[in-house]
Amino acid sequence: MTTTERATLTVRILLFGSYAEFLGREALELALPEPATIGDAVARLRSFPGGNRLPARPLCALNLSQVPAEAPLSSGDELAILPPLAGG
Amino acid sequence: MFLRFTPLELGELIAQVESPARGGVASFLGLVRNHHGGRQVVRLEYSAYEPMAEAECARIVAEAEERWDCGVALAHRIGMLDVGEVAVAVAAASPHREEAFAACRYAIEEIKRRVPIWKREFFVDGGVEWVGSGARSELLRDTTGR
Repeated sequence: MTTTERATLTVRILLFGSYAEFLGREALELALPEPATIGDAVARLRSFPGGNRLPARPLCALNLSQVPAEAPLSSGDELAILPPLAGG
Repeated sequence: MFLRFTPLELGELIAQVESPARGGVASFLGLVRNHHGGRQVVRLEYSAYEPMAEAECARIVAEAEERWDCGVALAHRIGMLDVGEVAVAVAAASPHREEAFAACRYAIEEIKRRVPIWKREFFVDGGVEWVGSGARSELLRDTTGR
């Protein structure tokens, strides 16, 4: 096999609070080569304009539950990048 | 709905959990403070990852009710709040006070630890900052999506 094509997966990224301000948007679609983890998605986001202000290992939620950066992504996932929580 | 866009009423929460068998009711109110880090705060704006915040609040209530013989109700404001307004309210009712206090304390601590809610502080000097990240807020528009 010499093919250079790799399958990609697409996830929906949600940004909140200060992180939405850093990247200038609150939501985007991200296509990543398979297989991909949350860490890969964050690394891609950090390469965007303003993305260097995101921490390397931000708090993340995958499909409404907090998950570690090593968690794998599947196409159609909703990945939320969460700034430090400040409720209460 | 645990997230509210209008003023919170503690009486409404107590009414959700009180019963003839529950002789102890403990409650907590978190109010908007007029200072932070030595600076004067004039108002706060809360925003949330709403579906996850609702799910986390439901989990917190279920955990407290599983752990203690009690009923727990809670609510958190979203949007712009003035100093002195109630930002978060918890009521826990139990046959005895120990469990009511314990469940109430658990709920407020877990809200602060787990629920995806953020706030911007508006200072009297015109500065606006995200609490927790310390980042200066560059946008003055509404961030609550409403």
